[in-house]
Amino acid sequence: MEKFVTLKGLVAPLDRPNVDTDAIIPKQFLKSIKRSGFGPNLFDEWRYLDRGEPGVDNHHRPLNPDFVLNQARYQGAQVLLARDNFGCGSSREHAPWALEDYGFRCIIAPSFADIFYNNCFKNGILPIVLAATVVDQLFAETAATEGYALEVDLPRQVVTTPGGDTFPFEVDEFRKHCLLNGLDDIGLTLQHVDEIKAFEEKHRAASPWLFRNADPRATGS
Amino acid sequence: MSGKTLYDKLWDAHVVRANDDGSCLIYIDRQLVHEVTSPQAFEGLRLAGRQPWRVDANLATPDHNVPTTDRAAGLAGISDPISKLQVQTLDANCDEFGITEFKMNDLRQGIVHVVGPEQGATLPGMTVVCGDSHTSTHGALGALAHGIGTSEVEHVLATQCLIQKKSKNMLVKVNGKVGAGVTAKDIVLAIIGEIGTAGGTGYAIEFGGEAIADLSIEGRMTVCNMAIEAGARAGMVAVDEKTIEYVKGRPYAPGEAQWPAAVAAWSELHSDTDAVFDKVVELDAEAIKPQVTWGTSPEMVVAVDARVPDPAAEPDAVKRTGMEKALAYMGLKANMPVTDIKLDRVFIGSCTNSRIEDFRAAAAVVKGRKVASSVKQALVVPGSGLVKAQAQEEGLDKVFIDAGFEWREPGCSMCLAMNADRLGEGEHCASTSNRNFEGRQGAGGRTHLVSPAMAAAAAIAGHFTDVRDMTA
Ligand code: SF4
Repeated sequence: MEKFVTLKGLVAPLDRPNVDTDAIIPKQFLKSIKRSGFGPNLFDEWRYLDRGEPGVDNHHRPLNPDFVLNQARYQGAQVLLARDNFGCGSSREHAPWALEDYGFRCIIAPSFADIFYNNCFKNGILPIVLAATVVDQLFAETAATEGYALEVDLPRQVVTTPGGDTFPFEVDEFRKHCLLNGLDDIGLTLQHVDEIKAFEEKHRAASPWLFRNADPRATGS
Repeated sequence: MSGKTLYDKLWDAHVVRANDDGSCLIYIDRQLVHEVTSPQAFEGLRLAGRQPWRVDANLATPDHNVPTTDRAAGLAGISDPISKLQVQTLDANCDEFGITEFKMNDLRQGIVHVVGPEQGATLPGMTVVCGDSHTSTHGALGALAHGIGTSEVEHVLATQCLIQKKSKNMLVKVNGKVGAGVTAKDIVLAIIGEIGTAGGTGYAIEFGGEAIADLSIEGRMTVCNMAIEAGARAGMVAVDEKTIEYVKGRPYAPGEAQWPAAVAAWSELHSDTDAVFDKVVELDAEAIKPQVTWGTSPEMVVAVDARVPDPAAEPDAVKRTGMEKALAYMGLKANMPVTDIKLDRVFIGSCTNSRIEDFRAAAAVVKGRKVASSVKQALVVPGSGLVKAQAQEEGLDKVFIDAGFEWREPGCSMCLAMNADRLGEGEHCASTSNRNFEGRQGAGGRTHLVSPAMAAAAAIAGHFTDVRDMTA
């Protein structure tokens, strides 16, 4: 998992509440055998005028010019500004996979659906809850200023606007630790690399037959 | 201090570290990999820029999606594009990371749980995992084996470890000897009928007693395979002479130089006489008859000479509605004799019962007889290419084909209907697999779990019949 420490990122505003995971990544894309490559189908139904199918080249599909992410000024956005209850609905981890693949590293909203909120941390995305009034202010400023970017400082737990306003946010200590160090479950286990290696050596010495490859001469019949 | 159980010994020998929250980091000796639950795990590795911790600890083979008919066309012969993609992806991932894979047309390909022991890739004293719940099968060799999820598959690939909390100890003791015609499958179905599908939840089950000791290693695999159907993630049997004899000479087994030390270590793999179990269940082997499931859960099981149970006689209201629903789904009437259940299809296969002994037992019943004309299809699907070859060498394929059975290529096949082999709506199937859930073998299909000999007998008769009458 990629580390998250500080970020200065272009903001894209998605001004609607209750954006569910089926809107984030429609169900026909779940048949994939991958967890990468969902970015081109992020918000598929809103982003394109036709219906998306897995395996189709998205470059030739008609874009919906009214959808915010299709506007030139928001290309390359890394911070998604959203409304209440973002990420509700099914628990599919494909939703954060799609957001991350598209390029978003941080989502700011007044509230998030629980499972989605958890899934973000597992995939290197920082979800930030700010008061509804603050979020209103950020929406207004984003609309007014082309190239509007926010600074997100995870160690200090503050968001800073171009105008110098600072907004503190809450984050669970353990999750913060994992994000700062780019640790998922695997990352955490790999903090014990020395212990695993020491065990492995001892184990190999005691039971070397557990570490053998197949004898190419034997056929197994 | 009291002694250790087999499970305690296997667990203690693999603890890398104990975490503050009571979980442990457990070292994994062997991971078996198949095409359905591994793609996202490999993808995760790639995205994180990680390499497998120990490539040689993994062994892969496609099984769930592979066609069991002619494979001359190779991957191009898999008609469902999603199935084909999964098999292709497994090939590509194994090639990329250098993991040994028995590909679809390799003689050694088969159902992971058949292939592992057959290759000696599952050894006594190992921890074995696979992204598949029936990994409990491998406990038959005195290994600690359980099924894991896709994120855990990735965790094991990357770290060679699994984060686990220790289960409680349960002993299921089957005392005395079973009668003629009663097999490992009947024993385990009777156990599940006794303790229920949640009876083993939270426990690691050790199977013991004279009837278990009497079983061959293959029979013990059948029993351990269904530990998960009793709610236990792991089932196991102590190591004895048969275990050691079984392992000897297999491709991944210790060579001559290491053999004596390995055997010495393995002979410790049994519960100490003063070990204490959290729960002990005892069954009388003599009382076990050939079993048939009548409902939609493996615990809904009776002896072949019994009648389908009557919900009206069930005092527990929740159970009663469950029984009524099951009877409705299965299209059966309360109190009808089990032998009146007619079969549309017969399936002999799956990781529970697709080894050579299973086929010998079924062929012994079939020999010189014909599949009843009312049976639309009778399938025999070997657990691996090597099982298939062995059976052909013994002429078992001829016995089946002459009787009207179809003799197929190895794979999971009709066990879960992920490939083209499946039941039609409302069809009854005598199946040697392990799950009789609604729709498991195809939408609306009705599965009855039985032993290979009982399935063979049912195919001949067209309805269930006591195999002991046919072999007598
Ligand atoms: S044979 Fe059936 S139970 Fe066994 S691994 Fe295959 S699908 Fe699962």
